[in-house]
Amino acid sequence: MVNIVKPRTLIIRAPGTNCNVETAFAFEKAGALTTTVHVNQLIRGEYRLSDFQIMVLPGGFSYGDDIGAGKVLANELSLKLGEGLEKFTKSGGLIIGICNGFQVMVKAGLLPEPFAKKGLKVTLTNNDSGRFECRWAYLASNPKSPCIFTKGIERMYLPVAHGEGKIAFDGVLPEKNEALYYVDVSGNRNPGYPANPNGSIRDIAGVCDSTGRIFALMPHPERHILKTQHPRWTRNEGSANGDGFRIFQNAVNCAAGL
Amino acid sequence: MNRIEIRLKAGQPDVRGQGLVKDILDLGIRGVTDVRVDDIYWLDADLKPADLEIICFRLLSDPIVNDYEYDAPPPSPKKGTFTVEVAYNAGVVDPVEQSVLKAIEDLGYTGVRAVKTAKRYIIEGKISKKDLELACSRLLVNPIIQHAIVGEQFAFPRPPEYVFKLETVNITKDPDVLKKRFGFTEDEAKTILAYYKKLKKSPTDAELETIAQTWSEHCVHKTFRGKINFNGEIINNLLKTTIMKATRALNKPWCLSVFLDNSGVIEFDDKYAVCFKVETHNHPSAVEPYGGAATGIGGVVRDPLGTGLGSKPICNTDVFCFGPPDMDYDKLPPGVLHPRRVFKGVRAGVADYGNRLGIPTLNGAILFDERYVGNPLVYCGTVGLMPKEHAMRGQQKPGDVVVVVGGQTGRDGIHGVNFASEELTDKSTTVSFTSVQIGNAIVEKKVIDTLLQARDRGLYDRITDVGGGGLSSAVGEMGSDTGVKVDLDKVPLKYAGLNYSEIWISESQERMILAVPREKADELLKLFAAEDVEASIIGEFTNDKRLQLFYKGHRVADVAMEFLHEGWPQIERTATWSAQKPVAVRPVEPKDFAEPLLKILGSWNVCSKEWVIRQYDHEVQGASVLKPLVGEKNDGPGDASIIRPRLDSDKGLIVSSGINTRYGDLDAYWMACSVIDEALRQVVAVGGNLDRVALLDNFCWGNTGRPEVLGALVRAAQACHDMSMAYGIPFISGKDSLNNEFRAGETVIGIPHTLLVSAMGVMPDVNRAISMDFKKAGNLIYILGGTYDELGGSEYYALHKLTGGNVPVVDPVTAKEQMIKLSKAMSKGLVKSCHDCSDGGLGVAVAEMAFAGGLGASINLKDVPYGEEVYRDDIVLFSESNSRFLVEVEPAKQAKFEIAMRGTTFGRIGEVTASPQLLINGAKKTGKVAVADLKEAWQRPLRW
Repeated sequence: MVNIVKPRTLIIRAPGTNCNVETAFAFEKAGALTTTVHVNQLIRGEYRLSDFQIMVLPGGFSYGDDIGAGKVLANELSLKLGEGLEKFTKSGGLIIGICNGFQVMVKAGLLPEPFAKKGLKVTLTNNDSGRFECRWAYLASNPKSPCIFTKGIERMYLPVAHGEGKIAFDGVLPEKNEALYYVDVSGNRNPGYPANPNGSIRDIAGVCDSTGRIFALMPHPERHILKTQHPRWTRNEGSANGDGFRIFQNAVNCAAGL
Repeated sequence: MNRIEIRLKAGQPDVRGQGLVKDILDLGIRGVTDVRVDDIYWLDADLKPADLEIICFRLLSDPIVNDYEYDAPPPSPKKGTFTVEVAYNAGVVDPVEQSVLKAIEDLGYTGVRAVKTAKRYIIEGKISKKDLELACSRLLVNPIIQHAIVGEQFAFPRPPEYVFKLETVNITKDPDVLKKRFGFTEDEAKTILAYYKKLKKSPTDAELETIAQTWSEHCVHKTFRGKINFNGEIINNLLKTTIMKATRALNKPWCLSVFLDNSGVIEFDDKYAVCFKVETHNHPSAVEPYGGAATGIGGVVRDPLGTGLGSKPICNTDVFCFGPPDMDYDKLPPGVLHPRRVFKGVRAGVADYGNRLGIPTLNGAILFDERYVGNPLVYCGTVGLMPKEHAMRGQQKPGDVVVVVGGQTGRDGIHGVNFASEELTDKSTTVSFTSVQIGNAIVEKKVIDTLLQARDRGLYDRITDVGGGGLSSAVGEMGSDTGVKVDLDKVPLKYAGLNYSEIWISESQERMILAVPREKADELLKLFAAEDVEASIIGEFTNDKRLQLFYKGHRVADVAMEFLHEGWPQIERTATWSAQKPVAVRPVEPKDFAEPLLKILGSWNVCSKEWVIRQYDHEVQGASVLKPLVGEKNDGPGDASIIRPRLDSDKGLIVSSGINTRYGDLDAYWMACSVIDEALRQVVAVGGNLDRVALLDNFCWGNTGRPEVLGALVRAAQACHDMSMAYGIPFISGKDSLNNEFRAGETVIGIPHTLLVSAMGVMPDVNRAISMDFKKAGNLIYILGGTYDELGGSEYYALHKLTGGNVPVVDPVTAKEQMIKLSKAMSKGLVKSCHDCSDGGLGVAVAEMAFAGGLGASINLKDVPYGEEVYRDDIVLFSESNSRFLVEVEPAKQAKFEIAMRGTTFGRIGEVTASPQLLINGAKKTGKVAVADLKEAWQRPLRW
């Protein structure tokens, strides 16, 4: 029997983070060893990023999303942990941001390319509907993307729950950075509202960097890792593990070198 | 002072503005073509342009979508536009101030003393000055918390320092002051006068404030615990002799803590317990819907958090009662916000606060009635989960220190409990502003996160929440069995200028009180500091059974706990009730079934609430098993919701609610029975059973000073007792909000008698859950339970504007037997879908199952078990008889299902069809309507 060392996964919470528990559960289920820490503990040096292989920014409303979704935490991370983050990404660490974590990552400059001095900037702004919306979305991954998190996944069905999930850029995002799209029930692109729940340009639901190791998405994979989370499981739809589970398995397998 | 403006770049869609264009049109104002919203920040600082540039670029703007400007004069309005700037009033804490200050400090600037924000609305189009003012007063500015500003008027307010001066109140010289200033009743004033006469001293203002808060209706429930002469029968303590009596008699071993803590606690499994509490926040929501509702949810979340030694909030419920959204502005009483505005504001307040806390909002209801127009009802509920060893309320020891954690104290909500217990008037929106509080969800979230860690480390002996009455109620109540000393000057304040009494009774949000052993205080304070949560030692528990308050060493109050908590005179009230013979009414028999059915589906009460539900996060925590919306398009109306409190276990928790006010117009007793039956039906309908179900009661009543109103309350409470006993289902907690009436001049509008019954049931295996949507063509449709001529208070009669008729009654013995058999049939896999038959009767239930399943149905009304001599198709189709279910069964399981249900009343009434229409075969005629039309009628009204 091969003794596989469980990849160490760091889940960062801040005031207002609220998806850390189920995100930790998903990673544990996929075989990771998780440690959830408050961002203050990282800043104080009680934990070091370099001790982990996977870093996670879970969903929520960090600092109330005051000023703009994810803005205050993004500011804090880039100013107080910038150096550690840069080392972590350069040494091949995996980073995933979910929902608010995605908002934090684009605003901290971790996506589309981490620590790029110049180049394209991405943001997530108000949904076209003007509303926070909680609904399920069909997703298709981009086969041309190097994203390790969506490897082998063609389609997924995951819930979204956000008010600021519309992606916008000040240029053109290279296609390889587009990791995940909102599609219609049959998997077609350009599905329109509400299949694209926020009006994202090119129906982009998730973005990765060009190494494929830094990835973030608006939908919540951690909310679909059990059969009974599917909205129509009582109609015998969905799978035993839930569509989101593969994301966590992919991360764990990659970090474990499998 | 530095001023910064953030604008959307030209070409960027302004979704806030577009929302306002819609809202302005809702007001009946045409001609507005566009609204843009700019954000303005004032920094109390003297920053250089280079610094402001960085703050703007890196922090306050999003460079992709925003432009910014700093220290420039406000732009002059473009031709054809109107500009309105709206800022918070002095004393209202700006909700984003703390975050902005923190982020600016992170950037390395330490010289910013304060931050205030404002919004500028640029309104384009043709709009008269009068309409502009209307839009301002109805939409943009709520004078309770905001004001419109012009140009550079803005200034940072400097609150005056408070200079201590002890105030004693000479009550012997001026006894009226007790009634006028402190709101005591005649009897209470007499009791207080006698007490202080015996002591030979004059009370301080803080003592009287404390007594006023402690003795308020909101805190002691004087009416429920009073002496009531009910048609000549003396009822001593209505609560104890009805609802609590049943709970005690049932004596369920799994009821761990009932009617004695901040919420009721039951055993969930071997390791965990769950608790549940529902509260109301009606009066604040009437005058400031957003803030009132937000603090409503914030307040009720602290109840489970403050139950036992603390539980984790895992699910929210909310139930609202409003005036009709399409009410004429002309019919609106003066001083009242339009129901649509109240609705939108309440929804937004609950969603913003609940979503930020990361608690899924899973169950609720919205009711409409014109009598709620001046006095809307906002019920918020929270379920908590805790390890069983933390389920019981703690006990402090003398010497433990009093620690307040969480939010700072300001002037928020001063006299809120008195406000909550009084009637609203057309002046309420102008005079009651200090009673409305502004919430900050993230502060509460931080409190939850840290408190649960402190609990697990065993760092405190007891916990309670700070709610109505502020510290005076929380600390006063906790210290009642030991005694307590508090140094009010140690309480952290939002701003200077509060006197000691204000500190003591302020209802500022997001605060909890802990009793902490002295030796653990350091560790506790460090834990809170590590996560930037304020925690301060403000006093100490004693053993002298006295409440002593100090301000900078001066004693400002000293009252015996016994007088404070036991000294209030029991009130005596008269209640009357007389049985009314039902008024026989009957509409003309309809030409076809489609028309009334479509209209009822499109009525405000029945129509889809998806617009509201989607704006709540009902998926956070990942625990949902049955969501509020179900079916092939995820948009059908589910009965109860189910969550899986532990992701690693298959055990579930079902949450449901029952409410129906129209029945109460006929008889409050049967209304109460009906809503209890409804809550239980929903638990069973989703695959649950009655083995471990607990109920909560929430009474919202009119002025109980009126004997007939109090009589209805007595009847409803008696019904709770009777149903609880018959079903064997205990109540575990409850709350009442009385005196809900609105006075405008001479006109008084009392709300309808409103009882919300909430249920939570433990489900052994969530994999057994059943949703209400039809699953497959060819399956059989059954109706369980008998149908009677019970259209009194029905949607069908409301459609015909008929009052009177027979109120639906409940036969709990038969109903219970049927529910038990249905649960068993479900656990054997004999049921494919099941829907509770309630508002709108069989017609609405079958329509909902059909469109939720994307299938059709064919039903025969003659096959419905019907218990009356006079037969009419419309009675069968729309009667709201209780204890009925519609059930879908596979043909192959027909025999097994019928055997399982043997001995109960049921009828096989038709089958699910592939053709997407609903076919209703009556005795006289046949009706056919497309399922798509039914769905459209149901979805259209609230597609906002």
